[in-house]
Amino acid sequence: MELWTSTHGGALLAAAVLLPFVGMLLGVVLGGRQVQRVAFVLMPLGLALAVGITAAWLREGQTLVYLLGGWAPPLGTALRADGPAVAMLLAVAGVVCGIGLFARADFGTPLGVKESRAAFSYWLLLMAVWGALNLVFVSGDLFTLYVALELLTFAGVPLVCLAGSGETLRAALRYLLFALCGSVLYLLGAVLLYGGYGTLDIPLLADAVRPEPIAWTALALMTAGLLAKTALFPLHIWLPPAHGGAPAAASAVLSALVIKGSWFLVLRLWLDVMPGVASVSAAQLLAGLGAAAIVVGSVVALRQQRLKLLVAYSTVAQIGYLFLLFPLAFDAAGNMALRDAAQAAGLLQAIAHATAKAGMFMAAGLVYAALGHDRIDDLAGAARALPVAVLAFLVGGVALMGVLPSGAYLAKKLLLASADASGQWWWTLVLQGGAAFTAAYVVLIAVRVLRRPAAPLSGLKPVSMLSQCAALGLALASLALSLAAVWGPLPAELIANPLSPKELGNTLTMFALGALLASALSRRPLFAAARVGDAASGDEDGGDMDSGVKDSGLVRRATVTLGVAFEQADAFLRRWSSASLSLLTLAALFGGLLLVGAPT
Amino acid sequence: MSVETLFALCACALVGIGLYGLIVQPHPLRKLVAFNIMGSGVFVLFSALAKRGAAAGMAADPVPQALLITAIVVAFAATAVTVALLLRLIESTGTASLANEPPAGD
Repeated sequence: MELWTSTHGGALLAAAVLLPFVGMLLGVVLGGRQVQRVAFVLMPLGLALAVGITAAWLREGQTLVYLLGGWAPPLGTALRADGPAVAMLLAVAGVVCGIGLFARADFGTPLGVKESRAAFSYWLLLMAVWGALNLVFVSGDLFTLYVALELLTFAGVPLVCLAGSGETLRAALRYLLFALCGSVLYLLGAVLLYGGYGTLDIPLLADAVRPEPIAWTALALMTAGLLAKTALFPLHIWLPPAHGGAPAAASAVLSALVIKGSWFLVLRLWLDVMPGVASVSAAQLLAGLGAAAIVVGSVVALRQQRLKLLVAYSTVAQIGYLFLLFPLAFDAAGNMALRDAAQAAGLLQAIAHATAKAGMFMAAGLVYAALGHDRIDDLAGAARALPVAVLAFLVGGVALMGVLPSGAYLAKKLLLASADASGQWWWTLVLQGGAAFTAAYVVLIAVRVLRRPAAPLSGLKPVSMLSQCAALGLALASLALSLAAVWGPLPAELIANPLSPKELGNTLTMFALGALLASALSRRPLFAAARVGDAASGDEDGGDMDSGVKDSGLVRRATVTLGVAFEQADAFLRRWSSASLSLLTLAALFGGLLLVGAPT
Repeated sequence: MSVETLFALCACALVGIGLYGLIVQPHPLRKLVAFNIMGSGVFVLFSALAKRGAAAGMAADPVPQALLITAIVVAFAATAVTVALLLRLIESTGTASLANEPPAGD
């Protein structure tokens, strides 16, 4: 493999990183309403560039390399694009374009309207996030990756507080401080690796690294730091307020894209840089946290009163799925033999989540804009008022459940096969059960929005059709992702007939289990009649919380108590002290498990 | 004890103090100072490694110097962003408290 000279098409990688930043600087210079124009010129260019990189990668049939200034590592730095990087570049370009179309209604500055600071910042930050992510995907060494991650954080944090209210500023500050904590740990790990092996270039390091204390320490520190930035449970301290409080167009960027950067780096570290250092037991811990994230995130999502917070907690749960692949990269003997399937599944899941979750956040924002609120209990009639947005939300949810032919379905299928092959039956349970948890909040919202309102909805504000279509487009992309995957690199026999008895049975079981969970854990009974009159007065202080619990059966009372317990546990874990202690404990645990699990 | 070992031990102490501060200090400004102390620990460690000449068995390794400068700039930028956010927070709420927002879902 040509790793030490630039390949054809390598310069495209540099262009993909540079273009968004050039656009951003141009936007700062031109200022005002020009920023949006720059962004709209940039988006098709960036998309074309991503397609160009994909074409070049297919033509070359190998990793694309670009040596900056012609200096080869270890002295110089290289940009490299392998399969995963190309897939993510393409997916991010697509999602950014979708979000850009959506944001035109919220942050557009038509002639005659005074330009606002929020709109100006939004377009600049969108371009910055894009550039930083492209750098994360193509960076060839761990230090450039550190810089890229910091750029991503600096671009992501202001997106949280675009609205400028005290609550969002606080959320942004918590996010920034906790992310900085994580990045110092990452940098410490990178420095230790440099001390041990004298290089930070990924292929050179992968050759040099051996399972020994310095590598274990470095991997443990870097993993813990990156988990803090990805907000994997129990380090999700900043995610719900940040993603729930930001404007919809910004939440979509944060939830769909920003967290994928640090996740991608965990994937790189474990599968590409240090496959020989990672141990099965540490991978089990990583996926164990993922399983806990799925359960806690989904249950707390069901307990939310506001649609945007439900979607934010759904992100907490979905981050869990992204980490289930790690133990399934190992075969029964503890060798990383199933690496490729695990990697493909992880990327599919990440892209499926990026597209579906962007669509869901946009849909939630549109519902808020049209109804003037997003209280889940008062969504009756929303489906009739906003059919396209509601459809986008539900399609996104169904895609995340892993119904054929969504990307999540294919990811689940690959992981189930790996779990069978390596005899790790417990992950089969988690994978199958997780879908039911996702189904639960999809069913909950479906029931709420399809209900007939007690009084006709009045005072609806019109929302942009373009925005609704952008949301639906992204959600549909997630639902059709596996078709694209088998048309591309994956074998076609992975997709079964969706109407075959087995698949249909699976899907129906998922929905049934989801309905069961939703009716057990939701705040109000699943099929309770729509509330009458001015409902806003009721939930100022949770006054009608769990209404009807007293006169319901023993089972419902028990499950509601359980739900409340989950909420309290979540609130406790999201305190600064618990979260930072969890971070340290996790770093220590990873170190210990890497040590114990090392081949003797 | 060689100079490098002394440097490395100092780095450990700085990282430890920084971590402690990040966890127990409630005020965001103190957390920020703690982050900077922790960062300094990492930088000291890196310069000790440079003295050891880790890369090619040279007398001293120049690459960490270049990386360090970049890392310091990044830490500086992080500090600036945090202070700016903190000032905005005080401007709009009158306090600098990071205390948990009222239970999610209000």
